[in-house]
Amino acid sequence: MKALAVDAVWKYYGDYPALRDISFDADAGQCVALLGRNGAGKTTLLRILAGLSHPTKGRVQLFGKDHNDRAARSLTGIIGHGIAIYDELSAYENLKLYAALYALPDPHRSALEWLERTALDRVKDSPVREFSRGMRQRLAVARAFLHNPRLLLLDEPFTSLDDRAIALLQGLVRDALAAGGTVVMSTHQLREAMDLASHVVLLNRGRMAHRGERTPEMLADTGWLYRTYGEAS
Amino acid sequence: MKFLRQMLTIAAKDLRSELRTKEALNASLSFALVILLLFSFAFDPTSDMTREISGGLLWLVFAFAGVLLLNRSFARELPNDCLDALIASPLPGAALLLGKVLANYVLLLGIECVCLPVFGIFYNVRWTLQPAWLALVLLLGTWGMTVVGTVFSALTVNMRLRELMLPMLVYPVLIPCLMASMRLTTLILAGQPITGDELAWFKMLIGFDVIFTALAVALIDTVLVG
Repeated sequence: MKALAVDAVWKYYGDYPALRDISFDADAGQCVALLGRNGAGKTTLLRILAGLSHPTKGRVQLFGKDHNDRAARSLTGIIGHGIAIYDELSAYENLKLYAALYALPDPHRSALEWLERTALDRVKDSPVREFSRGMRQRLAVARAFLHNPRLLLLDEPFTSLDDRAIALLQGLVRDALAAGGTVVMSTHQLREAMDLASHVVLLNRGRMAHRGERTPEMLADTGWLYRTYGEAS
Repeated sequence: MKFLRQMLTIAAKDLRSELRTKEALNASLSFALVILLLFSFAFDPTSDMTREISGGLLWLVFAFAGVLLLNRSFARELPNDCLDALIASPLPGAALLLGKVLANYVLLLGIECVCLPVFGIFYNVRWTLQPAWLALVLLLGTWGMTVVGTVFSALTVNMRLRELMLPMLVYPVLIPCLMASMRLTTLILAGQPITGDELAWFKMLIGFDVIFTALAVALIDTVLVG
């Protein structure tokens, strides 16, 4: 069973096709880098995968189930453009809230464990609005990984992260892949993406320009992919 | 059980957030008190006419103050894209909605409890004549107002003019609920028994609550994701 199967997905905003006939899949242990210029459709596709939007045509399945299925969603972790953390709550309250929503057996213990892993245990009772940017980012990472997701959907996860948060996130993604998880990651930071990716999907104005394994050429020269398969703009 | 736990988790989160920031609570409560005060200048508190419209006045105040509170219900999920994280989680849309309805219900009932004695003083109305009936009307009317307001709060959350759109959408839908609540409250404050034909207003209020709660639960996933 595929962890993720995207089958002939189209998405229209009014008359404008933001995604045109996108198909790809991912197995357990694969990391798919979703690449493309601004407006290529990366975020639209990730929002559909996350169940935040419906495709106009086509089908998305997570672990053999419809992408809106609750069981499939409980296996999915998301990092989007926002950190999805409540500023007025403490770090502990935020993580405990998400642990409860994901119906983890012991939300209290899970929250404390992830606060420790992200080095936020000493400020666990402080409101998040008092946190530095780096601390907020680490808390967002903890929130996404809290329920040990088998599929991670990361939308430009390295953007505006500090070095510590990038290292933390890269380590967690590698651990997740080693444990048989699947990662779909959209990013403009090609170096970090190629470092982690096993496969690449390149979008160009809503169309799939290339899909396949990440090759040594891509790793050696991050611009190679765009030059070979990419767009003029 | 899982559904109930998730619903209560959302309700507790919303109540905790609101009691810490007091953004909507302060605005809603002070607005309600100011409106009560201003209306009291417009009507002579000793006249019979004031007593006849007292139920209507009270529910207008609750409806105005309630919309201020309900506007924040889904809007508080917008900073940091928290709403996306909730929708993408395994939390059923109905649990999210009912959790928020529950939190709003508690807050709005709290505001109403503060407003009642103030109303009694300003308008020279004895609101303790039939406390059980009054409590029942408040519980039913507030539930109807809260469930409709919360689902429309989800619908308008991404609109730029949501503060304007919410009351424009909510008040017409609330007409049956407000009519029944106003009529019953007026009778209760006048010390008249609720019997015979007047019981039909109660049935209407209960029917409104049941129908709109069922509709809200059925439609919330469509409202949230489209």
